[in-house]
Amino acid sequence: MLSRSRNLNALGVLGLNRRNGDYILKFNPRRLYPLVDDKLQTKRLAIQAGIAVPELYGVIETQHDIRRLPEIVHNRPEFALKPAHGSAGDGIVVIAGRSAGRYRTISGALLDDEFLSHHLSNAINGQFSLGGVPDVVIVEYMVRFSALFERISFQGVPDVRVIVFRGYPIMAMVRLPTRASHGKANLHQGAVGAGIDIATGVTLDGVVGTEVVTHHPDTSNPVAGLQIPDWDVILDISARCYELTGLGYIGVDIVLDRDLGPLVLELNARPGLAIQIANRQGLLRRLQICEQRADFAASAPGRIDFSRREFAHPVMEK
Amino acid sequence: MNNRHIYFLAAVLTVLALSMFAYKAKMLGFPVMPQQQTQIWTIEAAVSFTPGPAAVKATLRIPSLTPGYSLMDENFISRGFGVTTRPAAAGREAQWAVREASGPQTVYYRAVVYRDPTRQAEDTTPAFPEAPKLDEASRIAMEGLIADVRRQSADVASFTTELLRHIGQGQNDPYIRLFLDRTATPSDRAHLATIFLAGAQIPARIAHGVNLRDRAGAVQPEVLLEVHDGVEWLYFNPQTLQQGLPPDFLIWWRGDESIASVEGGSGLDVTVAVQQSLLDSMLVAERRAERSGSHSAEFSLFSLPIATQAVYTVLLMIPIGALVIMFLRNFIGLKTFGTFMPVLVALAFRETRLVWGIVLFAIIVSLGLLIRFYLEKLRLLLVPRLTCVLTVVVLLMAGISVLSHRLGLQPGLSIALFPMVIISMTIERMSIVWEERGAYEAIQEGTGSLIVAAVAYLVMGIAWLEHLIFVFPELLLLVLAAALLVGRYTGYRLLELRRFKALQEDGARAET
Repeated sequence: MLSRSRNLNALGVLGLNRRNGDYILKFNPRRLYPLVDDKLQTKRLAIQAGIAVPELYGVIETQHDIRRLPEIVHNRPEFALKPAHGSAGDGIVVIAGRSAGRYRTISGALLDDEFLSHHLSNAINGQFSLGGVPDVVIVEYMVRFSALFERISFQGVPDVRVIVFRGYPIMAMVRLPTRASHGKANLHQGAVGAGIDIATGVTLDGVVGTEVVTHHPDTSNPVAGLQIPDWDVILDISARCYELTGLGYIGVDIVLDRDLGPLVLELNARPGLAIQIANRQGLLRRLQICEQRADFAASAPGRIDFSRREFAHPVMEK
Repeated sequence: MNNRHIYFLAAVLTVLALSMFAYKAKMLGFPVMPQQQTQIWTIEAAVSFTPGPAAVKATLRIPSLTPGYSLMDENFISRGFGVTTRPAAAGREAQWAVREASGPQTVYYRAVVYRDPTRQAEDTTPAFPEAPKLDEASRIAMEGLIADVRRQSADVASFTTELLRHIGQGQNDPYIRLFLDRTATPSDRAHLATIFLAGAQIPARIAHGVNLRDRAGAVQPEVLLEVHDGVEWLYFNPQTLQQGLPPDFLIWWRGDESIASVEGGSGLDVTVAVQQSLLDSMLVAERRAERSGSHSAEFSLFSLPIATQAVYTVLLMIPIGALVIMFLRNFIGLKTFGTFMPVLVALAFRETRLVWGIVLFAIIVSLGLLIRFYLEKLRLLLVPRLTCVLTVVVLLMAGISVLSHRLGLQPGLSIALFPMVIISMTIERMSIVWEERGAYEAIQEGTGSLIVAAVAYLVMGIAWLEHLIFVFPELLLLVLAAALLVGRYTGYRLLELRRFKALQEDGARAET
């Protein structure tokens, strides 16, 4: 057991205790958390900084506002509902159209007004927020994911997660929904996570849970070797998200829209560690490389250059 | 830098906790084991006499300076007598007095003592004794004897031993023959020794006491000779010539007088009886702390009313439960619903016992979940829905109690002790996880909580630990120190070793 632990350490794998103790507690001041825990605030900050986000249609803040939903989405057959404080994708409903006066979700289920109202009321009352505090629901543009991902994704919206350490993108992966994950890009529920080479934006092999997979379980297409489009833009906006919040250790979630290109969905101040399995590389080694050699006063383009140079896959011990 | 601060703090807390623990355990004798018992002796002196026609006064010498033993308790038992105690020439005495009494009377004195090695003879150095007043012939004999003995000895101790040897020869010793007749008792011999020692300018006195060695029933007081060598009192057995205070010897009174005397009465008879027994060490330790002027007993939890003590026995174990959870979460990596929810469930297990606790918990949560899924269909707002779940949980608990009582299953009754609000919240959280992330994860987290609760219960149920924490609450500082250290533990969790297995295999492949 001890040798296993030493082995992991030699591979530069970051554990939860270390992530919390040495990185989150150290580089993420608690007072900045609301900026990322509230997706509405993040969205507004991003708009100010000129970072592209899904367009905000409206906000449902009170029980009374729920009745305004048809009005908000009047000319928009497609939209997404998101609790502003939801975590791990909880409480998100994506409506892809309407039929016979009912809302059709992206997975094809038909929801009536009553169901949607109930869902919104639960969300406002804090069912999906941490600690059950009252919440608001964001109504926003439904991302139409680029055709590129259709071959390796089952429904839902694949998204790109980039870990940004003090402005340096250090590791990235793409999360591909599966049947098992009910179309959600959530690794805990069985979505495929595939690492991305920071230098080139080309995907690597994927994992489901802790098992390595080379092909998407539903579409049977190979996961590796795919060039993520607009990779430069993705790196640029991830790096700039550091200035946006001041948090030193974040996960930036980005979706690729067919028409609008990369959009920032949300930021996460406690990003998970599964990205290491997806890349089959340790975060700790990259964090340490950053701490030893990076110039933390550098501008975003300088930081991206550094990351592309240092974190070309695979990053080996030096 | 930051870590050093924490190590320092943890070290200070550890040292503080352990030194307080050591002081209380070693110096004050607080019991480290539960139900630890200390040997105590109850010594009873019964003084009986026949009073005369007028007022009668009975005096009994009672223990005051008892090296090796401490007095825990004493009582004076009599009917119709007034009792006073007062310091006397060599110790204390108790006096029973009554103006009128008819028929034979018995008064009792009862003392409870325990062994206390810290108690020494804290006597002041006595003055040189006056030379005994003797007739000319005796004086010459005494001087001759003293000169003889002095020649054969080096110091006070050897002088005394030599003197006692001479006295022990009795009639066969030419000097002693003058002083002792054939019927001399050990007490007479000891008395004679004090006279000779006074002649040699050595302070000496007779100590009377009882031998406590696993004797039950009536005992005869025995005699020791105490001799002061200028520094401390030395003890000699006048018969065996053995030096030193026997470990089982309780000194009762000193001097030449007998144990009791009666004024205005006759037929005095004193019997002393010893009874050995065991007493909870805690009581003895408290008494000792009181006597030594330490406040540790006054400010201990034992000074609280019994009902409050019972509450604290449980409360003090909560940090231990939290410690268990901390280890299971941060070292093993188990997931639970709510950080300390398992501690509360573990507390409920104390009443239900483990197996029943798990069964009842599983029943109530499963039924609660069913209700919760049904309520979900009704599309209630969050707070009213929680209220419904809570109400249903309480009703379920009442129902299970009544049903199990009917069936004659007593453990079912204790379900009332489950923390129902916590259980309702658990049901709510579990149903959300169930819906959002699937049944597998919900059941996994629920089982994790139950396992953690069971482990916490087992650890919190260790009787010895419970006793230890209650008697030495300062040991909780160790929990604090441990929490500080774990707070800076940045190593892997046990389950992470499995989680990152894929990376390890890669690592192994890269090496070969």
